[in-house]
Amino acid sequence: MGRIVLDQVSKSFGDVEVIPPLELLIEDGEFAVFVGPSGCGKSTLLRLIAGLEDVTGGKIEIDGQEMTSVPPAKRGLAMVFQSYALYPHMSVRKNIAFPLRMAGLDKEEQQRRVAHAASVLNLSDYLERRPGQLSGGQRQRVAIGRAIVREPAAFLFDEPLSNLDAALRVGMRLEISELHERLGTTMIYVTHDQVEAMTMADKIVVLNAGNIEQVGSPLELYREPRNLFVAGFIGSPRMNLIEGKEAARHDAHAIGIRPEHIAVSGSEGNWSGVVGVSEHLGSDTFFHVHDTGVAETITVRADGEVGFRHGDRVYLAPRQDAIHRFDAKGLRI
Amino acid sequence: MATRHSRSAARIMMAPAVILLLGWMLVPLTMTLWFSFRKFLPLRGGDLGWAGFENYVRFVSSSSFWPSVQATLMIVGGVLVVTVILGVLLALLLDQPMWGQGMVRVLVIAPFFVMPTVSALVWKNMFMDPVNGVLAHLWKFFGATPVEWLSQASLQSIILIVSWQWLPFATLILLTAVQSLDREQLEAAEMDGAPSLKRFWFIILPHLSRAITVVILIQTIFLLSIFAEIFVTTQGSFGTKTLTYLIFQRVLESQNVGLGSAGGIYAIILANIVALFLMRIVGRSLDA
Ligand SMILES: Nc1ncnc2c1ncn2[C@@H]1O[C@H](COP(=O)(O)OP(=O)(O)OP(=O)(O)O)[C@@H](O)[C@H]1O
Ligand SMILES: [Mg+2]
Repeated sequence: MGRIVLDQVSKSFGDVEVIPPLELLIEDGEFAVFVGPSGCGKSTLLRLIAGLEDVTGGKIEIDGQEMTSVPPAKRGLAMVFQSYALYPHMSVRKNIAFPLRMAGLDKEEQQRRVAHAASVLNLSDYLERRPGQLSGGQRQRVAIGRAIVREPAAFLFDEPLSNLDAALRVGMRLEISELHERLGTTMIYVTHDQVEAMTMADKIVVLNAGNIEQVGSPLELYREPRNLFVAGFIGSPRMNLIEGKEAARHDAHAIGIRPEHIAVSGSEGNWSGVVGVSEHLGSDTFFHVHDTGVAETITVRADGEVGFRHGDRVYLAPRQDAIHRFDAKGLRI
Repeated sequence: MATRHSRSAARIMMAPAVILLLGWMLVPLTMTLWFSFRKFLPLRGGDLGWAGFENYVRFVSSSSFWPSVQATLMIVGGVLVVTVILGVLLALLLDQPMWGQGMVRVLVIAPFFVMPTVSALVWKNMFMDPVNGVLAHLWKFFGATPVEWLSQASLQSIILIVSWQWLPFATLILLTAVQSLDREQLEAAEMDGAPSLKRFWFIILPHLSRAITVVILIQTIFLLSIFAEIFVTTQGSFGTKTLTYLIFQRVLESQNVGLGSAGGIYAIILANIVALFLMRIVGRSLDA
């Protein structure tokens, strides 16, 4: 169980309103990801749900129960912190058992649950070590272990992978997703990395300056971004945003076209330009094309084998059905 | 200092300092050892020759020896307990955001800058005086008979005075340790269902253990040799004669340098026993 409802929740630090009143529903068992640029209030929102910060206004409901002023320990949520926040003087075993010990479970039950969590997370060999003797990924798993033994109604993750190197991050991403499949527990996951958001989420919540810009499944956000902010934020590399004459041709204030929806060739296309930097990833190549007369730079994706070089003149053909149109307020038309 | 070359260079460069330090320590130590085996009475004939172990035997068989060891340990132990407990509490308090924090912190540190002689005099005359002291007035205000602190509760009074002096040191060290605690750890413990007392016990106290060790070790070194506080207040009467004070009396009041030196050697042995015990007890938390 873990259905979380935020009703007109707002938060101010002194005079500064970090989160204006917002509404949000997270269904039981859902993997919700809060994503947004740095400082947009993701952590604050998560901490409000956890109870580590008091709301300035509004109500928080978990499983139909009003939890707005219930202390964090009683909300039945478990949190994994960015810094892991392991207890350095306790062994891994004691770290994982800590919430159980606080809850007053008997020793045998503690051992049983710790052993189970350790086997799920491949930590069985490290139980007697101190956190200081573990690698970053292992520490992360201990932090997750400490969260899962409590069998919480929902897990809260605050950028849990941002201290890991790229390869490990991909691995842990998969592990967390698998854990979610296996446990079926609600998870709320904060990240500023939109790749993490796209790959893991059932539901993405895009935040900007404390406001919810859009809520939806990864593909919904990809296919139909509600406004320019979401359009620019979701997708990698970024969507090309074009204003001016070219947009006016489509009866819009601005149009957006993703790099993967532009065909590039040496002979034909609506726009033409000169290749600047090209990024070869093997599977794909991204060309940054200048002097198109449409926008300063247009990024296009091509197959890994396409071999234009710096200074080559290329022709770009945007897929007409993949053009997103936005009005003067930045909203989708 | 990884290579063999840089290691030997380092050794040569450190040599002068090490030799100076060794001389500094060894000369007085050897002199004390030397005198402890002589019959040396400066005002009654000077150096009267070899005395063998007589000084040592006389020093321990004196009726004041064991009480002085006991008084020393009581004062050191008492001050350690008071300063560590109050220091932890004060550090936690000072860590809370409050109005005028900077000012309060300066005030808390202030006693450390008062010379021991002065602070003992202030306590003796302004607080503990049975007629005019602040405490006497307080007692009278509540209709109680004023306590004659320095004679009726002499040991406790000395512990109080010395603790007052050393509390700032303990607080300061513990405060920096409290401030270095990762807030997320406390929040994690809060989410894990630990109420504030348990957070203190399971998270804050273990985090402070290293700082507490440092406080205990450093304070013990200085507390074993407190002197001014006793000299100014009780002059060693009412059971406050520490080993240091006893040695002082032997040398200056009885004018017996040999006997005093033997006491000095005993003091060194006592200090080492205490240090050994402390290292055993707290050393483990230093390793961790
Ligand atoms: N305790 C606080 N007091 C005052 N302002 C705060 C406090 N905590 C956060 N803020 C402000 O609230 C805003 C949102 O902060 P928050 O930590 O939620 O951002 P975030 O989205 O998690 O960013 P990041 O991705 O960098 O972690 C920031 O502008 C920050 O300065
Ligand atoms: Mg954050």
